[in-house]
Amino acid sequence: MIDAPTVVTAIVSAGFTHLVWIPDSHLGTWDPHLPGSPLTVIRPTREGEAVAIAAGLLLGGARPLVAIQCTGFFEAGDAVRNVVHDLGLPLKLIVGVRSLRASRQGRSQDNCPRFAEPITQAWQLPYSHFDPAADGADVVRSLHTLAAGAEPHVLLWAE
Amino acid sequence: MMTHREALAVLASHRADAIVIPSMGSVGIWPEFSDTPRDFHYLPSSMGQVVALALGLALSRPGLRVVALSGDGSLLMNPGCLVTLGCHTAPVTVILIENGLYEVTGGQPPAGVGRVDFAGLARASGIERVFAFDTLSEWEAGCREALAGDQPTFVRLAVIGERGHLTPSAPRRMPEQIARLRAELGIN
Repeated sequence: MIDAPTVVTAIVSAGFTHLVWIPDSHLGTWDPHLPGSPLTVIRPTREGEAVAIAAGLLLGGARPLVAIQCTGFFEAGDAVRNVVHDLGLPLKLIVGVRSLRASRQGRSQDNCPRFAEPITQAWQLPYSHFDPAADGADVVRSLHTLAAGAEPHVLLWAE
Repeated sequence: MMTHREALAVLASHRADAIVIPSMGSVGIWPEFSDTPRDFHYLPSSMGQVVALALGLALSRPGLRVVALSGDGSLLMNPGCLVTLGCHTAPVTVILIENGLYEVTGGQPPAGVGRVDFAGLARASGIERVFAFDTLSEWEAGCREALAGDQPTFVRLAVIGERGHLTPSAPRRMPEQIARLRAELGIN
């Protein structure tokens, strides 16, 4: 499993300036390693709000990363629709897919893995997958791919 | 109370160089007073997100003054945004047009109409600069001070509800608005 300090360093090296996030039990492990990083951390109250804050940051020339769990991504649908398809902004998200690894092993009945990818497709968002526990997982490359380009992108992050 | 148009006229005379972000019904009125690159008409929008958008913009450019115009129905969709705003020192002013109805959908009342203390909600959310103006003359007298702070500010205006307004449209398409704003801010 790639550790939290490595993830935070990779986020910074990818060029993100702000982290707009709502932690879950996995993403939350980054928390102790954020204060010393160059990232400006913004903690909103809800995921749709996180997306709208990121939109304002993008309008002003910053490079925000939104990191949220898929449950909040489901809630944030209208904000995502507006920011990506009305405003045309290159929203970058890490979406933690709850229970994905356990589900693959038949150890979870959580339905989050069933909906995360189809909903990402429904919002017509380019996406890729990342599993921090997989052999050979390259978090630097995945985050640079996420950050690159003028298109929105979602990194579906296995939890 | 005051009309929506009267409320925005007072703001227009005091906004100085602040970015103003009208949403919902205000989009139909604000261009009568100002239509510069520092006016970002948030339409099409995601209802309830104008305060968050304004905060993000302000945090991207330290010192940039931003005014967000929200309706009461919109704010009720995302009241947590006031808590987030209160956690930052950005010069963002939220002006709440409290008219007690969903103006562009036919004038239906939002939940809790007449029962919600929006100024109290803002204070309880951690915003220290909070103003409430019930009349046009009060707003005219207090607007300059309300817009002068360097901290998050919440202004609640008692506005007469008006039915019969159609959904407004922004004076220009979103890509042009974004390009104008970014050019104004010196962003390539």
